[in-house]
Amino acid sequence: MTAAGHDTHHAPGAHEGHGHDAGHGSLKDYVIGFGLAVILTAIPFWLVMDHVLPTPQMTAVAVMGLAVIQVLVHMIFFLHMNSRSEGGWTLLALMFTLILVVITLSGSLWVMHNLNTNMMPVDAHDMKQMP
Amino acid sequence: MSPDLVKFIFGRLTWEAIPLHEPILLGTFIVVALGGLTTLGLLTRYKLWGYLWREWLTSVDHKKIGVMYIILAIVMLLRGFADALMMRAQQAMAFGDNAGYLPSSHYDQIFTAHGVIMIFFVAMPLVTGLMNLAVPLQIGARDVAFPFLNNFSFWMTVGGAVTVMLSLFVGEFARTGWLAYPPLSNLAYSPDVGVDYYIWALQIAGVGTTLSGINLVVTIIKMRAPGMSLMKMPVFTWTSLCTNVLIVATFPILTATLALLTADRYLYTNFFTNDFGGNPMMYVNLIWIWGHPEVYILILPAFGVFSEVVSTFCGKRLFGYSSMVYATVVITILSYLVWLHHFFTMGSGASVNSFFGITTMIISIPTGAKIFNWLFTMYRGRIRYEVPMLWTLGFMVTFVIGGMTGVLLAVPPADFVLHNSLFLIAHFHNVIIGGVVFGMFAGITYWFPKAFGFKLDPFWGKVSFWCWLVGFWVAFTPLYVLGLMGVTRRVSRFEDPSLQIWFVIAAIGAVIILGGIVAFIVQIVVSIRNREALRDETGDPWGGRTLEWSTSSPPPAYNFAFTPVVHQLDAWWDMKQRGYGRPTTGFIPIHMPANTGAGVILAGISTVLGFALIWHIWWLAAVSFVALVAAAIAHTFNFKRDYYIPAEEVVRVEDARTEALRSLT
Repeated sequence: MTAAGHDTHHAPGAHEGHGHDAGHGSLKDYVIGFGLAVILTAIPFWLVMDHVLPTPQMTAVAVMGLAVIQVLVHMIFFLHMNSRSEGGWTLLALMFTLILVVITLSGSLWVMHNLNTNMMPVDAHDMKQMP
Repeated sequence: MSPDLVKFIFGRLTWEAIPLHEPILLGTFIVVALGGLTTLGLLTRYKLWGYLWREWLTSVDHKKIGVMYIILAIVMLLRGFADALMMRAQQAMAFGDNAGYLPSSHYDQIFTAHGVIMIFFVAMPLVTGLMNLAVPLQIGARDVAFPFLNNFSFWMTVGGAVTVMLSLFVGEFARTGWLAYPPLSNLAYSPDVGVDYYIWALQIAGVGTTLSGINLVVTIIKMRAPGMSLMKMPVFTWTSLCTNVLIVATFPILTATLALLTADRYLYTNFFTNDFGGNPMMYVNLIWIWGHPEVYILILPAFGVFSEVVSTFCGKRLFGYSSMVYATVVITILSYLVWLHHFFTMGSGASVNSFFGITTMIISIPTGAKIFNWLFTMYRGRIRYEVPMLWTLGFMVTFVIGGMTGVLLAVPPADFVLHNSLFLIAHFHNVIIGGVVFGMFAGITYWFPKAFGFKLDPFWGKVSFWCWLVGFWVAFTPLYVLGLMGVTRRVSRFEDPSLQIWFVIAAIGAVIILGGIVAFIVQIVVSIRNREALRDETGDPWGGRTLEWSTSSPPPAYNFAFTPVVHQLDAWWDMKQRGYGRPTTGFIPIHMPANTGAGVILAGISTVLGFALIWHIWWLAAVSFVALVAAAIAHTFNFKRDYYIPAEEVVRVEDARTEALRSLT
């Protein structure tokens, strides 16, 4: 929903080297990315279906770890993010986002866990179990 | 008609929803209706509809959108302040056997509406309006990055405001307090439409806020004049950048949190219920992860205004520009690390509370650095005590005290005594009125001549300033005292008659503030009538330092005939020092975005959709949702998005300015 012609009423010369200098990737990049994405999808599937790891918790952790790698693969090979694209703004924005997501998630977990352990027990049965 | 059919057509909406039995609401409705009809009648009488539609409502010009945001804010300020007066009157009366004049259910709606309106529909539009008006001019751009999106954002904000106002006359508003904490806001305890009005008003306005945040971030990053590196940006542009980054990062959290509450209310999920595994405290946690950055979203642009005003009216460059920038950035980051101080008493342990108490206290360091920067800018400056400077001085005195009571509240043990008390109310009004409101009035007075070509009348400006300053202290000092005595907030009736005197004093203070608001409106009327005497032909009435003062007042649609080239911080000051000559020949056609009615239409349909969802009128919700998608798609086929201002037109405008400037000398 952006207005057409937005590139023409830029102040000329304000680009400082950004604009369309984000890479577009070669066929080779896309093939490597696709291959990695398939492998990183197949491994979790295999882990779950064949019960390779001893406990479900370990499987869950492994799947989440692979998911993080999958995200990185997408960002590098499909979104062509690197430290140079858009004059570094893409990387800066990504880092800022990551910091905030980490603060929000870890902070919420910490706060809610702390609340949970400090809360009064919910009913008489739980109360009896208190030390 | 069968009851089933009626229910299908009108959902929950019945005649009961129209408050004919409430004399206060009925009276308000009659006054509003008469005022509205008079306005519509006058617009028709003077045949202004076409002008209004073509030049304003459909405009994608950032200056006009900025002005419309500020008008919206002032209209909503009147509503929000009427709520404040009603609360002050009720609390001054309702002691012992006297129940006051407001039933508690009505009183609860009033304090909720007051908070929601003042934050979302007064402070936010003021901030967004000033940023829209000033930022593109300060960076030497011709418009924002996405001009249509800007218009659409504005109308979504209006849609939210209309939804809140509608709740006054159709149904009722939430009785939950301005953040609608569950379990009170859940279906079990608030089964009526109040909370639904709250949710949909904020969701509709939130779309506008988020999109305008994205828009301004892109504008500042991508559209600065050549030579304006980040560290040569005006401070107001810097604070706007940080504010909009905060908006983009946090408003999605508000949207998601409200969406979960919506699911609880419409789909019977149990995210925030007391049982079935729900946890209301998660809502409190999430809403403050948005809510604390939100207060910095409001105050940072005010800091920017004060920085511009201080350096302009002291005739000096700002003391410690880079420390000001770093302080702003540090505040931006730190504002994410303090949210728990809003609920120290919710049951966290010592480790959590002390972490968040300390981070909160740390924020006062960059803020204090800013105060010293402004003071050192004034030191040995040639200070001109014009109205914007008065607001700045009033801010510095008032805000420092508000900051100190804030640090007091940041100490968890002290907070256990003071939380939920009137001390807290006094504290946040101290920083929001003393910081945001004073800043926005300073900004309006400062940039008004840029927007309209004539200054605001200084006499009425001074009356308004002194009424606000004195009124604020008379209204809120008693609340500090009462809070220290343990009086809690949101109470509609008191038992202890010894407290009454304090509430009476507070009510007097509110009336003095009313004088400030009236004086502000008188100031605008008087200034429009005396506009020839107050006219500024130079475009630079204050001896400004930044690029917006290099063009005419009001600026032409294209802002700058040629994009300025920046060599130094305070670019316009630098240009004036080096004997800058305005180009008078060689003009070329200018490419500009075209106006479109799509923003008004999309926001109008969204508001209908919100209304249908509030009243469970499912057929209307379905129809308006389909219409919304269809209208959005139809808009993509509008290829008349841009046009060229012909070179002859540019020559005509610029020659007129040359002529005007010559007649001055």
